[in-house]
Amino acid sequence: MTIKADSSLSGAASGARSLHRFANPGRFLRASARVQVWLWVAAALVLGAGLVWGLFASPADWQQGETVRIMYVHVPMAWLAMGGYTALAGASVMSLIWRHPLADLFARELSPVGALVTALCLATGSLWGRPMWGTWWVWDARLTSVLVLFFLWLGHAALTRAFEDQERGARVGAILALVGIVNIPIVKFSVDWWNTLHQPASVTRLDAPGMHVDILYPLLTCALGFSLLFGAVVLARTRAAVMERRIRALQLARARREEALGA
Amino acid sequence: MSHAFFITASYALVLIGFGALVADAARRHATAKRLLAELDPRGDRP
Repeated sequence: MTIKADSSLSGAASGARSLHRFANPGRFLRASARVQVWLWVAAALVLGAGLVWGLFASPADWQQGETVRIMYVHVPMAWLAMGGYTALAGASVMSLIWRHPLADLFARELSPVGALVTALCLATGSLWGRPMWGTWWVWDARLTSVLVLFFLWLGHAALTRAFEDQERGARVGAILALVGIVNIPIVKFSVDWWNTLHQPASVTRLDAPGMHVDILYPLLTCALGFSLLFGAVVLARTRAAVMERRIRALQLARARREEALGA
Repeated sequence: MSHAFFITASYALVLIGFGALVADAARRHATAKRLLAELDPRGDRP
């Protein structure tokens, strides 16, 4: 039993050590440059195929007709809003426990993207709801909990930028992200726990997906494509943030040198 | 409003949103790379 605990501890420690290798900005920029190119290419190919499949090659729904095609953009936005927030909480744990500088930058760059994706989820849901339900918005549990998620994303983005000391902003943002993670199961299970106008889960049901494969496969392709694009955008923003931090440090050093020479 | 309007508006919003994100990331990346080359010509860069 003791041996098991020791091995899991050493596994966690080695995981943390390997993550800390990327705290070196030069090493992170070099390693991520290669990943970045492949992410852009894969995102363009998979998303291009998924959108063409969903818009032109998949059948209309027997009940919803052509409007079902909104699902190919709405559902990936909803999954990314929740999955992205879970990643934000993971980065916040890394930031609070290991004080990993890259986790801070990643979280700071992730939240505006997460906020936009959640806003797109709400907007496309509204555009889908109007012809299907006859209303743009209802205060049911699913829609309201996603609106709360949107405010959590916005709050994180604002908080991390509200402090002159970036590290302090990252700490406060990480705490908000961890408090807000409680909203994710509420979003997910809101359709089961309460009576909602929003339909219950149909893809992630454990017994069997509630849709035909002709609709399910293009949806999964679009979801993968948007996930790759989301990852590529967040990685590109994080790389830019790492370089901007180095630029600020160099500019500060140059200003101090000039000040010393002037004195 | 026809169903085509709702479908077109949904796809347009998503494409404009992600397009803006990609354009902003590319602009920041290019600016940072240029500034780094000026400030630290022999430094660590991608």
